[in-house]
Amino acid sequence: MAQIVGGIATSHIPSIGNAIAKGLQNDPYWRPFFDGFVGAQRWLSRVKPDVVVVIYNDHGLNFFLDKMPTFAVGAAAEYRHADEGWGLPVAHPFPGDARLSWHLIDSLVEDEFDITSCQEMLVDHAFTIPLSLLWPGSAHARPVKTIPIEINTVQHPLPSPARCFKLGRAISRAIESYDETAKVLILGTGGLSHQLDGTRAGFINKPFDLMCLEKIVDDPEALTRYSVLDIVEQAGSQGVELLNWIAMRGALSGRVSRVHGNYHIPISNTATGLLVLENQPPLRLAV
Amino acid sequence: MHQSPPHKPGPHYEIPGTPIFDGDRARKGYALNKMCFSFNNAENRAAFLADENAYCARFHLTPQQCRAVRNRNVLEMIEAGGNIYYLAKLAGLLGLGVQDIGAQQTGMTVEAFKAKLAAAGKGN
Repeated sequence: MAQIVGGIATSHIPSIGNAIAKGLQNDPYWRPFFDGFVGAQRWLSRVKPDVVVVIYNDHGLNFFLDKMPTFAVGAAAEYRHADEGWGLPVAHPFPGDARLSWHLIDSLVEDEFDITSCQEMLVDHAFTIPLSLLWPGSAHARPVKTIPIEINTVQHPLPSPARCFKLGRAISRAIESYDETAKVLILGTGGLSHQLDGTRAGFINKPFDLMCLEKIVDDPEALTRYSVLDIVEQAGSQGVELLNWIAMRGALSGRVSRVHGNYHIPISNTATGLLVLENQPPLRLAV
Repeated sequence: MHQSPPHKPGPHYEIPGTPIFDGDRARKGYALNKMCFSFNNAENRAAFLADENAYCARFHLTPQQCRAVRNRNVLEMIEAGGNIYYLAKLAGLLGLGVQDIGAQQTGMTVEAFKAKLAAAGKGN
């Protein structure tokens, strides 16, 4: 049986890719960000997941506005990155797990999530950068298989926080019903508060971010009571990527322990967040 | 008796200074965003730089969209239906990063815009 070992959420800003390529990890601007990942890497080397389900949003690499799925699930043996147009180095490919992907697709649709399945899927920086941060230097020998789950955070209407949380619950039911033994990590990427467009560009909301970092651990339902526009207002128009974090949290059990976290402002135009949550077994009543 | 307004799906309120890229904008901006999507390809980026007007014409940009691109004005591009993720590909091609376009949209110098971002990290 497959088992969800925990979840990680992290920002995925494109310029991180350039900083990695240039080896700027110890640069004074970058250090408070990169240093935050040591605790996450240490936890990963202890729990050693076999598969990572990456919940992220595409920024106009795989999906254009001609066809925009609300939820899309990768079902390929391998996922490739490609030229995104803004000068990011192209990452080496990532191995998939097509059998588990199809189990997820079967289970999600049975669970009334009418997702789009993708046997070919380019993955953008929102997928590649978090994996590079969590397993640095692994480009030529990827230590985990990957399954991309993409959420539309680009073209409104976006799925609600409550719906994304339920998607996470359905992902967890799918994984827990898989007949192979595998340790699965759920990764949610993006955020935290930031806004690139409009006269409010540069908006960052530290109190809201800190509240989310706290609530998502022990009271994630509190975040599901916001509407999409509430989150846009509080976290900025691109801070709505918080939806990916909420879906990640939905895939964990009711009880999690917070292993590690980091929060740093700014990288590029963004307040960056990192959170590592370990799944706890459900409480059992003594007989 | 007070009657509640009929329910209309979709965004319900305005957030000042914050464009919501919804169906109306997606329809209006389709040609501009499609052109920007083409910049995922290096040959297309070179073709734009070699003859910008011809490239815009190839994608059937509206006069408003052509003007916004010619003016290098991000707020005008957004007004013409541009989506920021696609516009960022055009900005990158023009040598502008997200701090440059943030400064332009807010009427600040790039230094002042960066200082504003850094200041958001101080205090609570």
